[in-house]
Amino acid sequence: MQISELAYVLPEIWLISITALVLILNVYTTKYSKWITYVFSQIALVGTLFLIGELTGKKATTLFYNAFMMDSLGNLLKFSICLIGFFVFLFSRKYIFESRSYRGEYFILCLFSIFGMMVLVSAQSFLSLYLGIELLALPLYALIAMIKEDALAPEAAMKYFVMGALASGILLYGISLLYGVTGTFDMQVIATKLASQNQEPHSALLFGLVFVLVGLAFKFGAVPFHFWLPDVYQGSSIVVTLFIGTLPKLAAFGLAIRLLVDTFPAFNEYWQQLIMMMAMLSLVVGNIVAIVQRNLKRMLAYSAIAHMGFLLLGLLAGPVSGFAPALDYIIIYVITSLGIFAIMTAFSYQGFEAENIQDFRGLATHSPWMAFLTMIILLSFAGIPPFAGFYAKFFVLDALINAGYVKLSIAAVLLTVIGAFYYLRIIRVMFFESPTESNHYQVISRSGVAVLSLNGLMVLILGVFPTPLLKLCSTIFLMPK
Amino acid sequence: MKLPLLSLLIWIPIISGCSLFLLRKNAYATLVRRYALSTIIICLGLCVLLLRGFDLNQWEMQWREEIHWIPKLNIYYALGVDGFSVPLIILTCLMSLIVVLASFHSIKTRIADYLAIFLIMQGLMCGVFSALDSILFYTFWEAMLVPMFLIIGIWGGKNRIYATIKFFLYTFLGSVLLLVAIIYLQVMARKMAGVEPSSVFNILTFHALPLDFTTQKWLFVAFFIAFAVKIPMWPLHTWLPDAHVEAPTGGSVILAAILLKMGGYGFLRFILPVTPDASQAFAPGIVALSLIAIVYIALIALVQKDMKKLIAYSSISHMGFVTLGLFLVFMMTIKDSGMEILAIEGAMIQMISHGFISAALFLCIGVLYDRLHTRLIKDYGGVVNTMPVFASLFMLFSMANVGLPGTSGFVGEFLVILSAFRVNIWCAAFAASILIFGASYTLWMYKRVVLGPIQQEAVSTLHDIQGVEKWMLMLLALGVLWLGIWPLPLFNFMHTSSEHLITQMLYSKI
Repeated sequence: MQISELAYVLPEIWLISITALVLILNVYTTKYSKWITYVFSQIALVGTLFLIGELTGKKATTLFYNAFMMDSLGNLLKFSICLIGFFVFLFSRKYIFESRSYRGEYFILCLFSIFGMMVLVSAQSFLSLYLGIELLALPLYALIAMIKEDALAPEAAMKYFVMGALASGILLYGISLLYGVTGTFDMQVIATKLASQNQEPHSALLFGLVFVLVGLAFKFGAVPFHFWLPDVYQGSSIVVTLFIGTLPKLAAFGLAIRLLVDTFPAFNEYWQQLIMMMAMLSLVVGNIVAIVQRNLKRMLAYSAIAHMGFLLLGLLAGPVSGFAPALDYIIIYVITSLGIFAIMTAFSYQGFEAENIQDFRGLATHSPWMAFLTMIILLSFAGIPPFAGFYAKFFVLDALINAGYVKLSIAAVLLTVIGAFYYLRIIRVMFFESPTESNHYQVISRSGVAVLSLNGLMVLILGVFPTPLLKLCSTIFLMPK
Repeated sequence: MKLPLLSLLIWIPIISGCSLFLLRKNAYATLVRRYALSTIIICLGLCVLLLRGFDLNQWEMQWREEIHWIPKLNIYYALGVDGFSVPLIILTCLMSLIVVLASFHSIKTRIADYLAIFLIMQGLMCGVFSALDSILFYTFWEAMLVPMFLIIGIWGGKNRIYATIKFFLYTFLGSVLLLVAIIYLQVMARKMAGVEPSSVFNILTFHALPLDFTTQKWLFVAFFIAFAVKIPMWPLHTWLPDAHVEAPTGGSVILAAILLKMGGYGFLRFILPVTPDASQAFAPGIVALSLIAIVYIALIALVQKDMKKLIAYSSISHMGFVTLGLFLVFMMTIKDSGMEILAIEGAMIQMISHGFISAALFLCIGVLYDRLHTRLIKDYGGVVNTMPVFASLFMLFSMANVGLPGTSGFVGEFLVILSAFRVNIWCAAFAASILIFGASYTLWMYKRVVLGPIQQEAVSTLHDIQGVEKWMLMLLALGVLWLGIWPLPLFNFMHTSSEHLITQMLYSKI
């Protein structure tokens, strides 16, 4: 290792140092301690964004004995993670500050988790990959249990923890099998070894692949590894759902690319079958079960499962043409779900979570602009042009049909129609029904409305002008390693 | 430099509609109405320019515009019109004018939102009729659903939520298959030698694409579901009566006059030129479905108690003539007899004329509904005694719906029936039965609602139409009569495009 290599991990170094500083600052309670914690957390993220920006355009390099990869995919994902993280903090500040038992740890744990994601998306060896996964997940277990004070939260945390631990165990077992056959943790070395094999692959390798994919599917929440998702979404406080519902998806996408592209390109035909099954199951289960949900968080959890199914279809469509649409899809999905969770957060306060569909009754009469933004976001989820969600879906379908999966894409679009039904139900509650006595809406501050509008309109703008983001995503996968 | 007329026709209403949302206070109501009205008058002015610059003797797309939109996938913001789209665009702008005028009386709440949504919808509909890029077409086609969904859902009647969700899901289900078909065609175009890579999503490229029969069959099915739901054809029509009954008057007018035409336009633009051999193979089935629609749906209309529902069923029955005319071309025993063009033009005239007549009938029902707040036939009777002017205009539109010579309803139906004789006598007989069934349900309704002594006390309190109400009905009456007496200008308009379409339809792609 050379000392100059540290220049490539400056964003990570900066993030973890400031996080440690915030950890110390948070201990001292003064009049301003809330703001100090908050501002320093945001400084940590903004600084990281800036440092990542400095790294863009540099040649892809592996660092620390091939444990860590600095490349444009990693940089884009890290940049999006930190940017979305910035907005997550922005949206959750009011809720956190005004809760009865103020927890500054929210910001710190989130920062640690973000650090884990950054490690994960740049992992080039199974050791750093595992490190990233655990760093991502451990703070979340605590977060879920901590912020909300009711019976559901510990249950959700417990469920997430047990399932997460199981998934980690399976992933580790898979890694050990791969290590047993190839004798290395290094992804690139494994990839070359697999590619050079001529005969049928060793069954231990296939087992290893399957177990590693299970770990991946768990992170995505793809069926049949989705059971934790609805409970965690519903059980956590809305600010935690805001975090869990957005950032980890980006990290999981990074994980998928590191595994499927960097490690197992030679096993295309094997993992494609698995991905296809999981994608279809996710689309079916996600879209159909979401219909019967009364709780908006739970519904969005199932919708997330369905969207991950669509994303997996993009991964299925093939190495060159499919990954860029999939990346585009995940970024748009995260922006859109940031919007919906942020609106839910804006209408929640300590002791009341705006999480039932009925809590949004007659929103259009109360605050038409917020209702309009919510409508844009939901229509984008449903895949109606000219909103961003449609073009994301269209790019994936285009890649899929180009790759020859016509029947699969017909099934996918038909399931999207089922999906439209439950999004329409929320629009219907907001626009076509009048508020009842029990509906009392928080007044949202002007700055809050401004930021929410930015987020909501982003969904429209990225829809009308889908080119720049798609172009960005495709350049990443065209660049030679 | 040539004015980008089509873009202006699309974006002026959309932008002015969006800005109307800023004037939501009740105090601005008059301003809002004038603002919306002047927007539409500007659009009509643009339509005149569009007509003047249109070359009648050219079948190629005119007023073309092309801008890179998604270069990565070769998707363009490409616009252009031919003899089929221009009349539909003008119809769209005219109907928007009618809707704005109609709203002056009937909409009391949230007028700014109401007009804003209609203006946005007008822009999107012009977009559907002028898009040359298939993805742009799909974008407008789908985006259309959202304003209609809101119009029915917010301003609709008692059962509006059920109706609007049914409408949305039904049409959405149809359109997703359209998307898959478009992408599939693009994949074929990309593989084909000699196709410019930059035009793989262009509709005109699809027209020229050679396709084998199996592919055509599947594409036909996908397209057919999308457009047959919209038009709507029996048995995919069930969303329409619900949507019509619950929609406010303006919503019904747009639904009947324009939205249904989008389905017919889809047939002209996609199905017939892209999959001619499959259309040839499926033509007997489609003709049978159309005949069933014409006869069976007319019988259903006969027993309706609700006036709006009756007109909704009558719409389905009349739109049956459109699909009938389009697919008769494939079944004619003598090819190239010159009768094909009558069928196509008959179908097209039927679309335009149905736009006028159904809009007028829905407005008439709206006029009555505004006064007594009921649409049931039995609640009226003897309206002529209190509303003579209204009764005479209503008479004219009813007669047009029946297909009386001299009104626009006659021209289209006559041409289609005439060409049906070229296929076989039974086909023509079934098609011609509309003249009897149509007369029975329309005139029977007219008799029960308008004629006779006053049955209900409420009817005696009615006051006749005046001012805006009168003028908008007069305007439509003028259109109906003009198309009935002197339809030649419209024929001239479509003639070259129809001839071109027929060569495309009769040319085998296999």
